[in-house]
Amino acid sequence: MSDALPTPHPTTSPLLTVRGVKKSFGATQALKGVDLTLERGQVLALIGENGAGKSTLMKVLSGARSADSGEMSLEATPYRPDGPLHARALGVCMIYQELALAPHLSAMENILLGIEPTHGPFMNWRETRAVARRALDEVGLPDLDPATLVADLSIAEQQLVEIARAVAVGCKVLVLDEPTSSLTQKDVQALFSLVRRLKDKGVAIVYISHALEEVAALCDRFTVMRDGETVGHGQVGTVPVDRIISMMVGRDVEDLYPRSPRTPSTPILELRALAGQNAPRSAGLVLRRGEVVGIAGLIGSGRTETLRSLFGLDPVTGGEIRIHGKVTPPAGPAKRWRQGLGLVSEDRKTEGLAQNLSIAENLTLSRLEGLGPWGLVRPSRQNAAAAPWIKAFPIKCQGGEQAVEDLSGGNQQKVAIARLLHHDCDVLLLDEPTRGIDVGSKAQIYAWIDRLALGDAATGKAPKAILVVSSYLPELLGICDSIAVMTRGELGKARPVADWTEHSLMLAATGQDRRT
Amino acid sequence: MRQPSATVSSPKKSSRIMALLGRLAALAAVYAFFAVLTPGAKGFMSDANTQLMLQDIAVVAMAAIGMTIVIIAGGIDLSAGSSIALSMITTAYVLNLGPEGGKLILAHPIALPLLAVAAAVGVSTLIGFINGAMITWLRIVPFIITLGTMQMVRGFAKLVANEQNIYPPAEVQDLWVARLLDPSKTVLTWPFLPLAVWLVIGAALFTGLFLRYTRLGRHIFAIGSNEKTALLCGVPLARTKILVYMIGGLFSGLAGVLFFARLGSIGQPTEAIGYELFVIAAAVIGGASLLGGRGTILGTMIGALIITILRNGGVKMGWPQYTQEIVMGAVIIVAVAIDNLRQRRRT
Repeated sequence: MSDALPTPHPTTSPLLTVRGVKKSFGATQALKGVDLTLERGQVLALIGENGAGKSTLMKVLSGARSADSGEMSLEATPYRPDGPLHARALGVCMIYQELALAPHLSAMENILLGIEPTHGPFMNWRETRAVARRALDEVGLPDLDPATLVADLSIAEQQLVEIARAVAVGCKVLVLDEPTSSLTQKDVQALFSLVRRLKDKGVAIVYISHALEEVAALCDRFTVMRDGETVGHGQVGTVPVDRIISMMVGRDVEDLYPRSPRTPSTPILELRALAGQNAPRSAGLVLRRGEVVGIAGLIGSGRTETLRSLFGLDPVTGGEIRIHGKVTPPAGPAKRWRQGLGLVSEDRKTEGLAQNLSIAENLTLSRLEGLGPWGLVRPSRQNAAAAPWIKAFPIKCQGGEQAVEDLSGGNQQKVAIARLLHHDCDVLLLDEPTRGIDVGSKAQIYAWIDRLALGDAATGKAPKAILVVSSYLPELLGICDSIAVMTRGELGKARPVADWTEHSLMLAATGQDRRT
Repeated sequence: MRQPSATVSSPKKSSRIMALLGRLAALAAVYAFFAVLTPGAKGFMSDANTQLMLQDIAVVAMAAIGMTIVIIAGGIDLSAGSSIALSMITTAYVLNLGPEGGKLILAHPIALPLLAVAAAVGVSTLIGFINGAMITWLRIVPFIITLGTMQMVRGFAKLVANEQNIYPPAEVQDLWVARLLDPSKTVLTWPFLPLAVWLVIGAALFTGLFLRYTRLGRHIFAIGSNEKTALLCGVPLARTKILVYMIGGLFSGLAGVLFFARLGSIGQPTEAIGYELFVIAAAVIGGASLLGGRGTILGTMIGALIITILRNGGVKMGWPQYTQEIVMGAVIIVAVAIDNLRQRRRT
């Protein structure tokens, strides 16, 4: 049986089974009992909030960690990998979200890293190239020279090289961890067709994702994890999305996208033909108090650069910025903060937050004034300033003194947004505010955006103006009042959200609406 | 590990206290080790040796205060040893101004020492400025820039001294500049400790509070922890970094003045070679992270004590030079390894 050729359809015995796997780190029980079944040629979606235990499970599967108890079997024989290399040799390969390639080596060297064909002590380059060639063909990179340095490849190509590495060892189980998080729409489609090809060859795929649309488009079955346990299985398409979300968060999510009726008032921020070094080429926009405007577009279209040039993180090469009706010259972030603008970076890990500093330190960094006598900063006052936001968001933590790196992605993102609220910015520039975070945190952030745009007459809090850049179209359609689409550096006119659909946004983003 | 938030007031504070206690225990252990093994009137604990150690500690600790700030900001200053030497040479040079027989110091016994110290500290602060400016404007990593200035500044020290020792007139010996490290009569008479040790204590307290309670101090931690975040939050990067290196230079300069007194009012351009490594080691043993964002002045002070006691105790034990070096190196690695383990266990 074990030597049977890969068959296009699931056969009787499952390829991989996981029964009652448990794993603790110190006092924390990361896995409390996980069951999983995977058939040949099946794409299994593994979904769950951050911290649900998905990555721990994957580490146990790929041999990076060993389970405390429970059983796993691969092709009906007990499966106990004693390390990632061993797991790979047995046919279980893992593609992490953060790609694990050596950028200074070529694609073929990366593909065969650790299993290099040799003549005695010497590399067998001809064989290396041939094996790499076959693997690259298989993953859909027939034009890529195997000798190309990985550093010269795009993120999407690098990901394919990593999958080629798995293909080269003849993997039976391929685990993809959030593979689309940094891909453009086009690359996502290419990835999907590759997954389908591998599936047809009998490879079983575990697909970890937050995006339920992707799961619906690609996967056969799903398994939901919550708090270290598997809480549900099912056939994709037979269970409504609401039900899956409820399984993930353990409660019903009434309305993910709250949008109270708002009345936009005076314009706070106006851009006219704003241009940056490479992008944007021309961005015009009016943002008024009490409205949420979204910017859609493909990755690389210049959305992020628009925010960054405006905020002084990237150079401005032309155009005009008006804040509160007054023209303001290009300026650095310090001045923009003083003018009442605040930016949440798309990359909270390397830019948005100082990971080893405390929550309070991160939250108050842009405005340390008023936290002590004579312009001094008292740590106790920093904590006191952070406390209300920790409570209000809520940010799940041990207190304001806890380092940000200890928090989950969703809670980190709340810290990054709370910084703007501590600063009391009038204009919130949010770049991918919910990327890679769990549904529960997303819902909380959406609720905050709505609350901020609405203002609070009782406490005298004026409505804010909010500009959201996002690649996630349902989110933009759900929370924005109007949406503008960026195409190749040009920002189109903002139109009321009612005028848009996912389809029309996609057409506009790819520039196809203009040709018709 | 995770406890409910209500009961745990500050997980960070308790771990900080544990780290401090650990360092103090290490210090006590090192001290006790030498005290027990070299007893007697000429031993480690003798008054003469204690005074000698205080002098060494003052120099290392003074420079280490500045280095800690640089390291917290995510930088490194390899030119510290050379800056100490140049500062020492500058002090000696100014005090030695004037022709043979008509030295200025005889006519201006009050003004000239002040000028000498000002010049010495000014020069090393300027070096700090140059370090900081090159690091920010040329966008070259601090290690390389200060590796370069380490050589250049050493060269300048030799140039100013004309490759010889500078011996200011004997009258200088009686001035306060030369007596900064003079021992008090006994431990129980005012001022109890050499003047310079008080200076170091004052400077340590001041900078410790400065780092904790000023905007600039918080900005330094932010830059060291994540420069991009600091920029995003409107921290003036260039200005703050240049200031950090200037502060580093300033403390090297002060250490150089102390070194001048330590050597008996001589300017030796070839002294303090490799001193930056002791200074960096003091900061690192004290818990500063070379990745930036982490470090305390109090820890560094304990680190400086440990380093100096090891050096002095090794001599007292009659260890050959090589043994001292091996022990010193091992202690640095062990200290940081223990620190890392504790960090890892916490998370």
